[in-house]
Amino acid sequence: MRTLKFLLRKEFLQIFRNKLILRMIFALPVIQLILLPYAATYEMKNITLSVVDHDHSEYSRKLINKFTSSGYFILTDYSATYNQALDQVENDKADLIVEIPKGFEPDLSRQNETIIFLAANAISGQTAGLAVAYANTIIKDFNNDVRTEWIPQSQLNTIPVIEITNSNWFNPLMNYKDFIVPGVLALLVTLVGFILSSLNIVKEKEIGTIEQINVSPIKKYQFILSKLIPFWILGLVVMTIGFVISFIVYGIYPEGSFWVIYLFAGIYLIALLGFGLLTSIYADTQQQAMFIAYFFMLVFILLGGLFSPTENMPDWARYLTYINPVSYLIEVMRMLVLKGSSFWDLRFHFLVIIGFTIVFNGLAIFNYKKTV
Amino acid sequence: MLITEKEIVIKTDKLTKKFGDFVAASEITFEVFKGEIFGFLGANGAGKTTAMKMLIGISNPSSGNAQVAGYDIYKQTEQIKKSIGYMSQKFSLYEDLTIKENIQLFGGIYGLSDKEIKSKSEELITKLGLNTEADKLVASLPLGWKQKLAFSIAIFHQPKIVFLDEPTGGVDPITRRQFWDMIYEASHNGITIFVTTHYMDEAEYCDRVSIMVDGVIKALDSPENLKKQFNAKSMDEVFLMLARGAKRGE
Repeated sequence: MRTLKFLLRKEFLQIFRNKLILRMIFALPVIQLILLPYAATYEMKNITLSVVDHDHSEYSRKLINKFTSSGYFILTDYSATYNQALDQVENDKADLIVEIPKGFEPDLSRQNETIIFLAANAISGQTAGLAVAYANTIIKDFNNDVRTEWIPQSQLNTIPVIEITNSNWFNPLMNYKDFIVPGVLALLVTLVGFILSSLNIVKEKEIGTIEQINVSPIKKYQFILSKLIPFWILGLVVMTIGFVISFIVYGIYPEGSFWVIYLFAGIYLIALLGFGLLTSIYADTQQQAMFIAYFFMLVFILLGGLFSPTENMPDWARYLTYINPVSYLIEVMRMLVLKGSSFWDLRFHFLVIIGFTIVFNGLAIFNYKKTV
Repeated sequence: MLITEKEIVIKTDKLTKKFGDFVAASEITFEVFKGEIFGFLGANGAGKTTAMKMLIGISNPSSGNAQVAGYDIYKQTEQIKKSIGYMSQKFSLYEDLTIKENIQLFGGIYGLSDKEIKSKSEELITKLGLNTEADKLVASLPLGWKQKLAFSIAIFHQPKIVFLDEPTGGVDPITRRQFWDMIYEASHNGITIFVTTHYMDEAEYCDRVSIMVDGVIKALDSPENLKKQFNAKSMDEVFLMLARGAKRGE
C-alpha cells in the first residue's frame, strides 16, 4: 500500500508537471464538443439545384418556387438542356438536376399524370440520397396542392388516403447534435483511457526508467495500478468536463441517472486502460505505441457508430462492432443521455463491458513481465 | 582493502544465457565476497550486461545456477531485489521530478519510513552539496551530478550489494575520481560493489577483477596478481592481451 502511495504521488507529480498534456486534457473536450457536432451534421442545407424547365408554365414555376422556398435548395442554375445542366454538375456547381418536361402543365391537367426527371450527383451517396428524398417530399407536397386545387372539397373526403405521419422518439426534433454529443463524450473518455495510458508506460520503457522499477521490489500489480489509477481519474474528469460543456453549449442534460453513467464509464475505463497497458507491453517506443493506438482508435471510431449508425453496416461489419468496446460506450451514452435508460435496460451492456475488462486486463497482467 | 573473513555474497555456477544460437554468456562461474569492489571487465558486447541482468533478476538464465545475497536467482528474485541496488548504463532517475522527489520515491519504494527518508535525504543532499538544487528538476543537472545522484539513490536503502553498469560512461576525469571516492566509501560501509567498466584505470581501483571475452570469463584475480601473471605493467596491457582474440564487439 505504501509503495503504491509513493508511485501514485510520482505519477500525479509527472502528469501535473507536463503542462502540454494537462492543457490538452482540458482543451480536448472543449474543442471536440464545440466543433464536432457542428461540423459532423447529417442535415443538408444549401443543396445546389439546377433546373431544366422545358414547359415554362405557371405550374412549373410553382414547383420551382416550392423547391427554393423549402430552405434546403439553392437555385444556382437555369439550363436550357439536360446536357447543359450536366455540365454544371460536372463543374460542381449543382448537386441536383430537376428536369420538367415539355407539356408538364397540360399533361398534369388533362391526363392527370406527368413525369419529372431528377438526377443527383452521387459522388457522395449520402448527399444524393438526401437531396432526392427532400425533392420527393417537395414534389409530393406539390402534388397534394394541385389535387386540393382541382378536386372539390366534397369529393376529396371520399377518396381514401393513407397518410403516414412520424413522431421521433427520444430526439423529437431529430436534432443531430443530440445524437453526436453523447458519442463525442464516449470518444473523449476513450482517448484519455487508451492513448494517454499506453504512451505513459512506453515512455518509461523508452527512457529506461522502467529498468530501475523492474530491479526494485515493486510488485507487478503495484506498478500497474500506479499507471491505471491516475488515468482512470483523468478519464472521469474529462467526461465530467464534457457533460458540463454539453449542458452549457447544447443544453443537453442526461435523461438517465448519473450514477449509471459513471458506473458504466468507470468500468469501461478499466477495460480500455487494460487495452492501453496491453499495447504498451508490445510497443518499445512511443512512436510504435502511437501508431498502434491510432490504428485502433480509427477502427474503434469508424466501427463504433459515432457517425454512421451500426445498423446500416453490412453484416460482417456489424459483427465487428460486437467486439468493439467503443461501440458499447457510444450506445450506452446515447441510451442514457437521450432515452433515459435504467441500469436494468443496460444489463447486457454492463455484462459485455465487464467481460472486456477481464479479458484485456487479464491479458495485460499475464503478459507484463518484470524481466527483459 | 583486505577481507579477512570471506563471506560470499554472489556465487555463480556455470551461468549461461543464450539468445537463439547466440551464447551471450557462457558458463560463468565466480564468487564475490562481502564488502569487496568487484570489477567486471570486458569489451563492448562481451556479455557483461547480460550477466549482470541475470544476477539482478530481470533476465532469466538459460542454464546454470547463481545465488545473490544468499537468494536463488530463479526462485527468489523478489528477495534479491530487496537486497540490491542498481544503477544502469542509461541514466534512469525521473528527469521530470526534482532531486528531492526522486530520493523520496526510491526511498519509499524500498520501504524506508517517512522519518528515515526525511533525515537521510537531507543528509544526502548536504553531502552532495546540492542544497540549492534540491527542488530543481533532475533534468537540469549536469551529467556528472546526475551519475553521483543516481549512485547515491542506488545505495540509499543500504543494500547488501550494489550493481553498477558502466557508471562513469561519458563523465569527465575529475567527476570520475569523485565517483570512485563514493564507491570506496560505500564499500567501507560494508556494501559490496559489483561494477562493470571498460576504463582500465578504474580496473586498478578494484579489489578483484574478472575479464570477460566473447561471453567467457578469461581471467579473475586482483589487479596485482593479474599483472604479474601476464607479465604486464598495467591492467590496460592485461586487457589487450586477453581481448585481442575477441571475435565479437563493435
